[in-house]
Formats: sequence, C-alpha cells, structure tokens
Amino acid sequence: MTTPLSLPVESHAAASSRNACKLCTPLGACFVFRGVEGAVPLLHGSQGCSTYIRRYMISHFREPVDIASSNFAEASAIFGGQQNLRAGLLNVIRQYAPRLVGIATTCLAETIGDDVRSYLRDFRRDFPDAPPVVHVATPSYSGTHVCGFHEAVRGIVDQLAPAADTPGAPHDAVNLLPGMVSPADLRYLKEIFADFRLPLILLPDYSDTLDGQTWTEYHRIPDGGTPVADVTRMAGSRATIQFHSVRAEPATAGRLLQDRHAVPCHTLGLPIGIRQTDAFFKILESLTGRPTPPPHAAERGRLIDAYVDAHKHLLGLKAVVYGEADLVVGLASFLAEVGVVPILCATGEKTSHLARQIAAVAPQRPAEARVVEGVDFLDIETHARALKPDLIIGASKGYALARKLDIPLLRVGFPVHDRIGGARILHMGYRGAQQLFDSLVNEILEKKQQESPVGYTYL
Amino acid sequence: MMSPPDDKPIPMSPSSETAAASPSPASAMEAFKDDLLKPYPKKVARKREKQIVVNQNKPNISLPQIQANVRTIPGIITQRGCTYAGCKGVVLGPTRDIVNITHGPIGCGYYSWLTRRNQTKPPTDSDENFIPYCFSTDMQDEQIIFGGEKKLKAAIQEAFDLFHPKAIAVFSTCPVGLIGDDVHAVTREMKEKLGINVFGFSCEGYKGVSQSAGHHIANNQLFKHVIGRNNTPHPGKYKINLLGEYNIGGDSFVIEELLERCGISLVATFSGNSTIDAFENAHVADLNTVMCHRSINYVAEMIEKKYGIPWIKVNFIGAKSTAKSLRKIAEYFGKQELTDRVENVLSEEMPAVFEVQNEIRKRCQGKTAMLFVGGSRAHHYQDLFEEIGMKTVAAGYEFAHRDDYEGRRVLPDITVDADSRNIEELHVDPDSDLYNPRKTPAQLEILKKQGVEVAGYEGMMAQMDDQSLVLDDISHHETERLIAHFKPAVFCAGIKEKYAVQKMGVPCKQLHSYDYGGPYAGFKGAVNFYREIDRMVNARVWGLIPPPWEQSAAATGSPGTLADEEDPDLPQSHARRRTPVAGSDE
Repeated sequence: MTTPLSLPVESHAAASSRNACKLCTPLGACFVFRGVEGAVPLLHGSQGCSTYIRRYMISHFREPVDIASSNFAEASAIFGGQQNLRAGLLNVIRQYAPRLVGIATTCLAETIGDDVRSYLRDFRRDFPDAPPVVHVATPSYSGTHVCGFHEAVRGIVDQLAPAADTPGAPHDAVNLLPGMVSPADLRYLKEIFADFRLPLILLPDYSDTLDGQTWTEYHRIPDGGTPVADVTRMAGSRATIQFHSVRAEPATAGRLLQDRHAVPCHTLGLPIGIRQTDAFFKILESLTGRPTPPPHAAERGRLIDAYVDAHKHLLGLKAVVYGEADLVVGLASFLAEVGVVPILCATGEKTSHLARQIAAVAPQRPAEARVVEGVDFLDIETHARALKPDLIIGASKGYALARKLDIPLLRVGFPVHDRIGGARILHMGYRGAQQLFDSLVNEILEKKQQESPVGYTYL
Repeated sequence: MMSPPDDKPIPMSPSSETAAASPSPASAMEAFKDDLLKPYPKKVARKREKQIVVNQNKPNISLPQIQANVRTIPGIITQRGCTYAGCKGVVLGPTRDIVNITHGPIGCGYYSWLTRRNQTKPPTDSDENFIPYCFSTDMQDEQIIFGGEKKLKAAIQEAFDLFHPKAIAVFSTCPVGLIGDDVHAVTREMKEKLGINVFGFSCEGYKGVSQSAGHHIANNQLFKHVIGRNNTPHPGKYKINLLGEYNIGGDSFVIEELLERCGISLVATFSGNSTIDAFENAHVADLNTVMCHRSINYVAEMIEKKYGIPWIKVNFIGAKSTAKSLRKIAEYFGKQELTDRVENVLSEEMPAVFEVQNEIRKRCQGKTAMLFVGGSRAHHYQDLFEEIGMKTVAAGYEFAHRDDYEGRRVLPDITVDADSRNIEELHVDPDSDLYNPRKTPAQLEILKKQGVEVAGYEGMMAQMDDQSLVLDDISHHETERLIAHFKPAVFCAGIKEKYAVQKMGVPCKQLHSYDYGGPYAGFKGAVNFYREIDRMVNARVWGLIPPPWEQSAAATGSPGTLADEEDPDLPQSHARRRTPVAGSDE
C-alpha cells in the first residue's frame, strides 16, 4: 500500500518507533558471548527473550545458536530471580560443561532491580569450582544492540582481566576489538595479523562459532572463540586496536585496558574502504616495524585498479546508508572515495557524534545531504523520498524501502535474513572493499541492463 | 479414478534392521524411553518421565496420560516463546487493518515484526494493510522510572494521526505490569477520545508457561472488545467462521478459494487474511470450524455460549483431511445442494493429487518423519506424510495442553496450576437478544452419529500408532538421541532447531514459517508439500555429511564439574559424551 506520510523531515518527532532501525541490548551481548571459547550465553529474565534473540541470530547466521534463560515466572518477577538464576546456571554448567557462562539481563530482571552481582557472589561461594561467570547489565530500555555488544566486550575484559593496577605479564600479542562485524571479517582480520606475523588476541571471535562446518560429532558448544586464558592475558598485551567511531571513549574495553593496565590503545573507525584500511595497516606496520605484506599490498593495488575500471558507473550516484553508527561511518567513507554521495546517513542509535564523523570521512557532500540519529525506517523513508537516492546500503530490513523506491539494496551488516551467506559478507579491509565495490557496481549495472530497451550485453 | 495409491505396510522403526534385536516392539520403545531419561538427574527425570509417553493406541484401551503445559526448567533450552509472542505475534498479528502497538522496550516489537510470514490480501492497493509495520513505544529509562502511560497515549495518537485506522491494539511486554502502567485505562481513554476501537492486552511475557497463555489472553480480549459489535446480517449461504488458521505461506487463500467453490460463505477467519470488520460480524455465522484447537478453542467456546453457534474441528492440512473437513461442513448444514457441490469439487481435485502422491511415493514410501512443533501442526502434518507413505515415529508439541494430545475428553481432569490460574477465565452467558442455538440437542445427537461431533477433538495420540513416541516440550538432549536412534528422513520443527538438526545430516522442515514456502493447505498445498518433502529427503547433499552416529564414538570433552544439587537440573556430561543405548547402533 502507498502510505500517506506527512512527517516532519528533519528529526524523529515520533513518540513511538515505527519499524525500528535498532535491535535490543541483550542481543548484542549474546553475539559477544558466542565469540568466547566454550561460552554459553544465559539471559536472566523471561524465556521469550532468549527465544526471540535466538531466532533472529539463527535466521542471519543459519547456524545453531543456543542461548539459555532463567525462565522467570510471575513469582520470580515479584520476589526476585535468585533461585531461577542459580538453577539456570547449574543446569547450563551440567549440560554444556562450559568454560564461561555469560549472563545478560533482560528488561524484566532490570525493571525489578534484581541484584545479579550479589546472586553471583553467593553462587561462587557455594560453587567455587564452577567455571567463570561474566555478568553484563543489558536493559533494552537503555541503549541498543550495539551498546549491548560493547558492554559485553568491556564486561568480559573487566571481569576476567587481572584486578586494577596489576600489570599483566607482558607478551607480544596485540588485542583487537573489532566491534560488531561479520565472521568473514573476523577470519580476514586473523589472516592479516598472521601475515604480519603479529600475535593476536581477538575479542570476540565468532568466526567459527557462528559460521561453522558440518559436524562429525555432536557439539553442544561449537568449536572456536577467544580462549578465556587469552582474555586474561589482554592486560599484558603490547597494544590494543579497537574499531569504532562514535562510542563514548571511557566506556570502551580498549580504554579500560589502557587506564588500568597501561596497554596503549589505538582507536580508529571500522577499516572499510581504502583510506580507513590504510590507517589500520599503518598501525600494524608501526607495531611490527614491517611493511604491509606483499599479498595485501597487491590486494590494495587491485582494488584501486577496480575503482578506476568502474568509476564511470558510480560517479555522482546518491546512496542511503543505515545501520549501526560505526558501520555507517565506514560505509560512508568507502562510498565517498568511489564517487558515490552518501546522501542520507541514518542510524537508530543516539550517539550525537555521527554528523561529525560523517563530515570527517565524507566532507564533500551537497547541501541537502543529511545525517540523522535515533530514527526508524519510516523516518528513513521520509528522508529518502525527498532525497531521491539511486541505491540503498544496509541490512535486510531496508528491503521494503528499496522495493517501494524501486532501487537496488546492497545488503550488509545484520540482520541479513533474505539472502544466503549473511555471515560471509566481507566488509573490512582491501578485500572487503573489493567485494563491496564489485557488488555495488553490479547492482547498478543489473538495474541499468534491466531497464535498457536494448539490453546490451557489454557493459 | 479416485483410487488411492497402494498402502504398503511401513516398518515401525527405520533402524529396526540395524538395531540390536529386542524382545518385542513394545518393550523396545519403552527401553528407548528409559535410556533417554537415564542421563537426567532424578528430579528432571521424574518431570520428563511424565512428558514422554510411549503411545498405547489399541481398541478398548484408553490413551496414556501425558504431562503438558508445565514450565520449562531454567537453563534448559526450550523452543517455547512467551505470552506476548502468542498474543501479538500469533493471534492478532495476521489481521491487516488493526494497528498493533507494542508497549515496551524495542526488542519485543522488532522480533515480532513480520516473522511469522502471515500473508494478507487487501482488496485494492489503497486498502489498509498495517502488517508490514511494527509500532513500539520504544520505552526508555524515563518510562521505567516515571511510568509509560503518557508515552503510550502519545504513540496511540501518533498512529491515529498517521493512518486513521479502524482500530488500535496495545500489547504489554514484561516491564509494563511491573511499573504499574494501566494499559486498559489508557486504551479506554483513547477509545473515547479518538472514536475508534482501542483495546489492550495484558500479555506480559512472563505470565505463562509459553505462548499458549498469550493465545488465551488474545481470545479473551477479542471476545470482550471486538466480536459481536456489528449485527449486519451476512448475505451468503452456509455461513461459517474459520478459527485458528493464520495464513502462513498463503494457506488461507487456498482454503478461501475451496470454500467459495463449494458455495460455503466465510464470514471471518481468526485470523489469517482477516479484517476487524469480519471479526465484529463473526457472530452472524452458523458454524465455527476450528483448525488450530490450541490457540483458538476459547473463542469457539465463548461464541457457542453467547450466540449458540456450534463448533466442529476441521483440518485442511492433507488431501484426505481437507476432503473430510469439507464433507463434515456439508453434513452439518444437511443440504443436498451443498453436498453435491462439495463432492463435485472433490472429484475435480483428487485425481491430480493422487497422481502426485503415486509419483512421490516411489521415492518416499517407508521413510520416517518426526514432528515437534506448535499446538496443532505436529498433529495435522502427520496426514500429509501418511499420504506419501511416510510414517511419523515420534511427535510432540511445543506449547500444547493435554487435550491436544489425548483429546477433549480429558478436559475435566486437567490440573489447574498457578500458571493457568493466572489467565482470566471469562464468564459468558447467553446473549439476551442474539443467543440463537443453530441446532437443537436432538439434531446435534444425530450429527454425532453421522461422525460430525460438535465441540469434539480427539487429539494427536488417537491418530498415532501404538508404540510411537510422544514428547512434550522436547529438549536438545532428547532431540539428538531421537535423531541418532531413529535416523528419520525428515525432522519438522522451527528455525531454532533447524541448523542443529541439519548439522546431524537430517533435513529439517520448518513448520512455523514453512521455510518461507507454502501454501500447504488444501489440495494445492498438499501437492506443494509432497514435492518439497521429496526434494528435501532425497537431496544429494546429505550424502556429503557423514552423520555423527557413523563416526567413531570417541568421547570428547569432560563432564560438568559440579556435584548434584537440590535445584532442578539436567543430565551431567551427556553434552559431550554419549552413553550407549540399547536398541541403537551407536
């Protein structure tokens, strides 16, 4: 149906969210817990939350995703969830023999103010041999899935690394905190570090756990993930590299490691496109004292060659970009360097840094270009209709908009549940830029060809 | 012309050839059940023992009792959802012209946004369809602390200003009840202010054992706030409502077309391809037909009490069941004209169906299926498998109650626990003006003798073979063991189980969302389903995956480190280690 929309264009004036451009906080935490070796996420609250989050992650990754729940009943909502948490923990531990249990709270437990920290102290007293348990407060009424993701990374480091001011035993590895990226991105990052011969502690690492192989034996917990022992060593690493553009710096795990354990922290935006990736490789060069390994330099060269080959197809096109703010910044940077104007940059998050960051990576935008935060898909549609974009870049939830506007949607990020291979979308580095670039150009060519009365076969 | 394909006997267990010799089939299944329970600590085993039943289906012996609709133990991964999901997602979700607003933080609304794949067909492009929209009050800290009623009012106003819908419904998520928001007071106020129907649901997620509680809450509010608001007589003949059909994958479209060809008028469907106008007018029908007994039987009962409209159980999944259901409706109305039209339609449809059945049986006959889904599908879909020669060796529901397993005769004996007491039971009296019993008790008695039982449902177990296995709220452990033991050709469940099952080398057919396929209802749907199952079970890709039970049984990993506790708990160590099971070839 054609919706008669008469919304103010400049901001999200709505009391409600209409087709949200963000997910809930504990989902982000579950991503992270799935990226620690032998870890099982447990949501403290009502069972529906773990069911909903599982179904969303599974529809994107097409992998089994077990998330336990402490299954509150009405009584636990009134009297507190200590008994449920204890039973839930014991059952998860017996059933899975996990190396870590990651607890994220749901709105229910947070609303009643359940004191999870004290429950866990009691639990540890009664079961000193139990595996480590990490707890992150993730009320969904405060923040988005991205906050849940970064809170969980910080929580794991905070609760597993040595206590404050204790310098960790120094070693040669570098911590990498990549943010919410795809399993393919994580595998590629590991390859880059290996090629630099730079030991790596990657947190989280769900490259195998959320994009696994077929099984030759039963697995309750899929193989892979950051070993808990590695997390405890992060305090002694040479440096931390963390990818983000818009987080409040004091709240990041990289900053925590720097403040507490004097691990130098390099913060840079997601390395998407040549310029951001160059910045990343420059850090790796300076940390190792080695030049970029030849295969990667060659990938960079091929990428520039491809930019040249296809520049005529992209120059001056206008794109709508939406999703997690950090991803939007990275994509805008990539688009700007290939000649596409990021005419609308939108996120459901509220960061108050997005406009500044977009201005830094894509300074030459026309006056009508917009950057909006805290918006939903109806806001995005209103803006998009006014800006007449040529294409859309973002997750599957933008398909309805692409269909209405009859323009291509290049699927990136999360969730991608209307295509196969959401886990294998590569966004980062020279190789990721190459894939984004080829897909982008081909989407444009496909549309041109479809709409051409002649139907040229040489393009 | 209408001769069905050959019915060859099907072996009870596909693994019987390879399994260790057992004294008798009966004890083999009981032995398997014992082994299934063995790894559980006593308390869990005691609970699961009642929820796992070896079916006894013999003449003159009553079906065994199963425990159902009891809470899942914390820490055990369940496929069950929450009360909100059952209310908003299942029952109200498919109606296209009600704006549904989720009152709560963002996740609940987002996750229930179009996930069930309900289809709808507005008459024209300019007619209302709000199904692609997901409204949420997107609660923030401020509302949790100071209350969310103000924001809810603003959201209702905003939805009204944006769409001017006929009705707005509000669904409560977990925090709402806890912070003391009175959604019903807000909706009353906004109903008065806006002059449209606005109503709320107290369907906080934690309220019930599963989504089933949400179905009941949805039924109650539909009955209180919607049904019976419009008395306009319906012009059609043989007027029925279709209850518990949600138009996943376009099922309702197929059924609607069939009914129309038979000359049966459909007043309202609850709630596939539905509108609020149809709901309001539903009480002018002369018969309620119930597809999904679990999710909607409450409305059927209440309409019967208030308006005198009887209900019968139907099933449009499977060609045979579709034919039977259409004939049941014709018998209820008792008019030769209708019977003739139904028979005409059947003779037009069946030959093509048999042709496909015969073709597909060549590749599927003798294979086995397992179904663990829903509150009715695990029963209904057994018919489709039967029609291509596939046997259901084990089945169970995710959120059903005892009556869905054992039949409604057990209703008086079902224990009412705290969770069930939580859900309001509406007291319904006959309407002083509109109560009009459509059939006299004598007529109903005659119908029953003809096989058209009013308010009757035999349940799943009556249809399943003696010695088949029935499991309620199946766990991961049980799923793995069942697959390893029976090696089914196909396992039917949902997306949450799908990829774990497929890692074991067995195709998993989603019966919640239909794997984004369908329709599977009626004759067209049956043919669709046969073909899809054929493609799935005979796909060559399975040859690339050596199933776990063919690997060397190397035990890896270590068992849990904790001693047994008083808390409800789970099997130790089976996570990584499998105990050999008698009768299996592990």
